[in-house]
Amino acid sequence: MDSLSSLIDGFGTALTPLNLLWAAIGVLLGTAIGVLPGIGPAMAVALLLPVTYGLDPTGAFIMFAGIYYGGMFGGSTTSILLNTPGESAAVVAAIEGNPMARAGRGAQALAAAACGHFAGGMIGTILLVVLAPTVAALAVDIGAPDYFAIMVLAFIAVTSVLGSSRIRGFASLLIGLTLGLVGLDQMTGQQRLTFGTLELADGIDVVIVAVGLFAIGEALWVAAHLRRTAGESIPVGRPWLGKAELRRTWKPWLRGPLIGFPFGAIPAGGAEIPTFLSYVTEKRLSKHRDEFGRGAIEGVAGPESASSASAAGTLVSMLTLGLPTTAVAAVMLAAFQQYGIQPGPLLFEREPELVWGLIASLFVGMVLLLVLNLPLAPVWAKLLRIPRPYLYAGILFFAAVGAYAVGGEPLDLVILLIIGLIGLGMRRYGLPVLPAVIGVILGPAAEQQLRRALQISDGSVTGLVNTPFSVTVYAVIAVLLAWPWIKRALPRGRSARAED
Amino acid sequence: MSTGTEPTAPPKGSGLRASLRGRSELGVCLILLVLGVLVLTDAVTMDTDITQRGPIGPTTVPIVVGVLLLVVAVLLAVDVLRGGRGEAEGGEDIDLTEPGDWRTVALLAGVFLANAVLIGPLGFPISGALLFWGSAYALGSRNLTRDPLIAAVLSLVTYVVFNNLLGVPLPGGPLMGVL
Repeated sequence: MDSLSSLIDGFGTALTPLNLLWAAIGVLLGTAIGVLPGIGPAMAVALLLPVTYGLDPTGAFIMFAGIYYGGMFGGSTTSILLNTPGESAAVVAAIEGNPMARAGRGAQALAAAACGHFAGGMIGTILLVVLAPTVAALAVDIGAPDYFAIMVLAFIAVTSVLGSSRIRGFASLLIGLTLGLVGLDQMTGQQRLTFGTLELADGIDVVIVAVGLFAIGEALWVAAHLRRTAGESIPVGRPWLGKAELRRTWKPWLRGPLIGFPFGAIPAGGAEIPTFLSYVTEKRLSKHRDEFGRGAIEGVAGPESASSASAAGTLVSMLTLGLPTTAVAAVMLAAFQQYGIQPGPLLFEREPELVWGLIASLFVGMVLLLVLNLPLAPVWAKLLRIPRPYLYAGILFFAAVGAYAVGGEPLDLVILLIIGLIGLGMRRYGLPVLPAVIGVILGPAAEQQLRRALQISDGSVTGLVNTPFSVTVYAVIAVLLAWPWIKRALPRGRSARAED
Repeated sequence: MSTGTEPTAPPKGSGLRASLRGRSELGVCLILLVLGVLVLTDAVTMDTDITQRGPIGPTTVPIVVGVLLLVVAVLLAVDVLRGGRGEAEGGEDIDLTEPGDWRTVALLAGVFLANAVLIGPLGFPISGALLFWGSAYALGSRNLTRDPLIAAVLSLVTYVVFNNLLGVPLPGGPLMGVL
């Protein structure tokens, strides 16, 4: 039980007063951000990247993880009380949760969601403890060709699995890769796309790209289409669950993670797909199927549990392989890069204190979140009354602070605005933002691994596919790319049944 | 994103103009095309023989990215001309039934640029407060006592937290020199 003793050491790290403070700040911020419209955990972590300049890595990641989990908790509150999901992961919570709230059972819906997040997060994090060291041990021998294959998989997966249009996903990815090219070539020191300017020689900082695309782009896009009449929140009392509800919710709570965790670990867009799958599953298994659509508590409990478990699954891929599967993980990866730490199989050997402290803090954060959210849900709902001009002005303000903190250069603010305008255009024309961010963050690393692999094989392309691991990954990529054609070739059995 | 790409732009002439109307998305293709050409030109004109190490030099990846940009630009143009439309992103505070309010966006961009210019001479506490107040004003807040007050407090607190507590230096400007 090597990981158990490591975990106990991790609790030693996580329970120091300072790290407890960061965890508390993280879950508070995360819940607030989950409740607030227009600002998601990815944007929040991006806006907080500058604090990495003044904070030790362990504290920073404990805070970021708190924001990630807290965002999931808070997101379902808005879904249930306002029918406007704060995060894409909370869309499903609105389907059953909002009818429940309108029928005067908001308190039960909130409790089912909060306990679901707690159960999902706990089970997911336990799976993370069990699985992550094993995955890391298996992956410890992987070399440059394997890393390159994983990164290509990340590129293809974020463009093909997410969003409605592949071509727009690829366009977004290429924009990101292009931004990643700017600066000195890491291997030869050759200037690329700098147009001879000294300011661009260091490249465009990942912080500026992430803040520009997530924060400025979003704020400007909302400004262009700001809803003039805000929705009304349904007043609600303190969340609680009766015996009858508990009997209906405990199974969905336990089933959710089984769906959420694996989907979080693969690059399939985080919590959106598993929450929906969990909803469909609960609907099929429920004895109260007629209540679905009109406020069935199972439809809140299962998906919410799945969404928190998917966050834990995401951390498995990010920590053991350096593979970001969601926007939050991508920005956290950027934070790792800021510290000069390379997430991957060796992370568990090189930075045990950081990794296990982070994992232990997830358990601590879960408990804090349950305590914060169960009794205080009505208080959090009050955040929805914040005037929108202040909210979006605040986002622009903190984005400016963050970008300026990178290097103290006013020019960075101009670059930030330009990238923000790109982000605005991407939202206007349906180009997903995530592929661009993944492109910027992983692009330079992928190029390095590619060149390293080909250097080893002396230029022979076979050097990219000379390990079983890389061959497997390329096979997965081929399936992903060919999926639209495979789907057409498959018998139409499933879709026909769905139409019945 | 200029007002020229607005669907409400007055229809001028017919023929090509008319067929392009409502297809402002072709502008995205154009941008991708320009970007591709830019990346390729930069890669081709690069002086590579100084420090070539390994079989792949600094130009290979840019060439691949550049070519792919051109390919995607063309494919996207085909998609748009066939009637494909990028779905504008929704959100809780977003009302897509109204036409885009690009005046507010331009105002916000202006306020943001002003901050970039003023942060040096005026220092962060003043330029940041102006940024917040200006943005809130552009977004429709017209409370002439509360808005500047919040802006000033937020800016000062942020300055102290970053500059003094987190150790991330921000320019204090003349105001901090006086205090």
